Amino acid sequence: MNPLHFFAASRLLIVAGKGGVGKTTVTAVLARAAADSGLRVLVIDVEGKAGLPHMLGGSPDDVFEYEPRVLIEGAGPDGRGSIAGRVVSPGEALREYLAVHGFRRLSGRLASGGVLDVVSTAAPGIEDILVLGKVKQIEQVGGYDLLLLDAPAAGHAVSFLQAAAGLLDSVRVGPLQTQAREVAELLADPARCQVILVTLPEPTPVNELVETSYALEDRVGVALGPVVVNGIYPPRTFPARLTGDLRAAAEFRRARVDAQAAQIDQLAERLALPQLRLPFVFTAGLSPADIVDLAAAMAVQIAGLT
Amino acid sequence: MNTALDDLVRDARILLCCGSGGVGKTTTAAVLAMHAARQGRRAVVVTIDPAKRLADALGLGTGGLANEPTRVDVDAPGELWAMMLDTRTTFDAIVGRYSATPEQATAITGNRFYRNIAGALSGTQEYMAAEKLYELHHDSRFDLVVVDTPPTRNALDFLNAPARLTQFLDHRVYRALTMPSKLGFKVLGTATQLVLRPIAKVIGGEVVTDVMGFFQAFDGMEAGFRDRAQTVIGLLRDAETHYVLVASPRRDALAEAGFFAGKLFEAGLPVSAVIVNRLHPLFGAVEAGAADHQPPGGDAAANLRELRQVATQERAALASLFAQIGDACRAEVPLLAGDVHDLAGLAEIEGHLFASSADRG
Repeated sequence: MNPLHFFAASRLLIVAGKGGVGKTTVTAVLARAAADSGLRVLVIDVEGKAGLPHMLGGSPDDVFEYEPRVLIEGAGPDGRGSIAGRVVSPGEALREYLAVHGFRRLSGRLASGGVLDVVSTAAPGIEDILVLGKVKQIEQVGGYDLLLLDAPAAGHAVSFLQAAAGLLDSVRVGPLQTQAREVAELLADPARCQVILVTLPEPTPVNELVETSYALEDRVGVALGPVVVNGIYPPRTFPARLTGDLRAAAEFRRARVDAQAAQIDQLAERLALPQLRLPFVFTAGLSPADIVDLAAAMAVQIAGLT
Repeated sequence: MNTALDDLVRDARILLCCGSGGVGKTTTAAVLAMHAARQGRRAVVVTIDPAKRLADALGLGTGGLANEPTRVDVDAPGELWAMMLDTRTTFDAIVGRYSATPEQATAITGNRFYRNIAGALSGTQEYMAAEKLYELHHDSRFDLVVVDTPPTRNALDFLNAPARLTQFLDHRVYRALTMPSKLGFKVLGTATQLVLRPIAKVIGGEVVTDVMGFFQAFDGMEAGFRDRAQTVIGLLRDAETHYVLVASPRRDALAEAGFFAGKLFEAGLPVSAVIVNRLHPLFGAVEAGAADHQPPGGDAAANLRELRQVATQERAALASLFAQIGDACRAEVPLLAGDVHDLAGLAEIEGHLFASSADRG
């Protein structure tokens, strides 16, 4: 499949996976691959964490803010591709939501410390709805070809995406109900939104990915895009009769490649979703240049999808 | 033998494992408790949301008791116990303890807003882990409590959780909301109206009724809660409580671990040990010319170069964290092929952890 078509298939891609599997890396790689195919991309982070801006060419301590900021321009075949990034945090989203809905005078007070806690505890999921509601608004305003949302970590993806349905049960009237319904519609429409799940080729992450994917399909009804398998050791061939460290290193490599291959097969067997496979990079921390290389590898993988 | 880490496990009364998600915190906590059992101690490990295979390995699968320690059958002179934290049950027990009457407890635990606090309020899980830690510390069955903490971006979230929850219950909104019990909803002061009206408009009146019901039922318990939180915080700051930082050797994870360590240090709680999981083995370099004596063909030399590159970078990244933590003990666990799915797997990690070098370079 042409990467341009792949990334244009739905306006919003939500990247989800448990801690430590490289979810943020994959978000950066997808952003880079989409921009390199000529799309205008907005990366949305819910936590404002360090790392993501750096992978896209910012300085190491850079974090995104509420105001979108352009990191890369002039990418892609005709120089139209770009990457901007921003944060959509629950507090800011609440403040903005209240201001827009006629509570401007009270919004500062209501969104200030403590009160948001009471509100979000009264209606759990409200923070998620506010974030997703804001994302939905960005989607509708346009200005970008693709929105990439780096979802909250750990097992929170299901509850994050299930918030709309949950809130529709407990809040039956008012603007928030409308918001929740619109978010639910966004999530249910594969032409607007897909979830990309990320895993490592290891038993526990694979198990959790399979469970998460079933939960998302059953309980949220969101369309699942291909699964990204991150950190795969490229195979190497070795002659017989190696000695010393060359031999030890070869045995280590072979064992890792075999163990990972077994997990990749397991995943394919248990989950009928196409896999996009990203190689392990032999470094302790990815540089912007590594992200460019991984984006090229990602484009090749996407081209191989039918 | 890593004698520094061995001594720490032998002498500590409480080990708190902290670190970001996906670094092997839960497994590390279980391994430390297992080692204590081998030393002859009676150790209990409190896990939070363990991976299924680890839970099975510890006998915490479907047969395990909810929220109570279960004895794990290990070949050791001491005892290994394990439990999975159940936030809701732990919270219910506190409510039961501090309510004046059983009716008050039932009114609270049956309230929807309370169920949300117990299930979804950020910090509640951390607080309940601390609460459980306190209970087990005073349980004569155990000499050592090892606690796996929920993954947080800031180690202090765990320390701040008890205070955060009591502040939440003491908040001015709470005071505003408890007024109706005295005045009746219709004659509320302007301040309360200002808070309640927009909340009701945003989340619906039904939800506000739940909130008010909760705070009314909770009325009178806040002092007991606050005192308990103070006691629990005191234990987290006790000299017998040791902090074990768990990290993976990726640069971003180490930066986060360094941030944790810094915050703990600022709070006067130095890190007692740093454990780095999933480290690539460092194979020796092949001297120039030596490769010529190897059989031709294949990628043996390129493979060795790649593995040495990542292993060297990981160690360099580690060095800066180690420099920051002063004389805390250090231990490393190599990248292993599978994950832990039985006690033998835990024992294998224990072997690596306590065999690893403890030099304080």
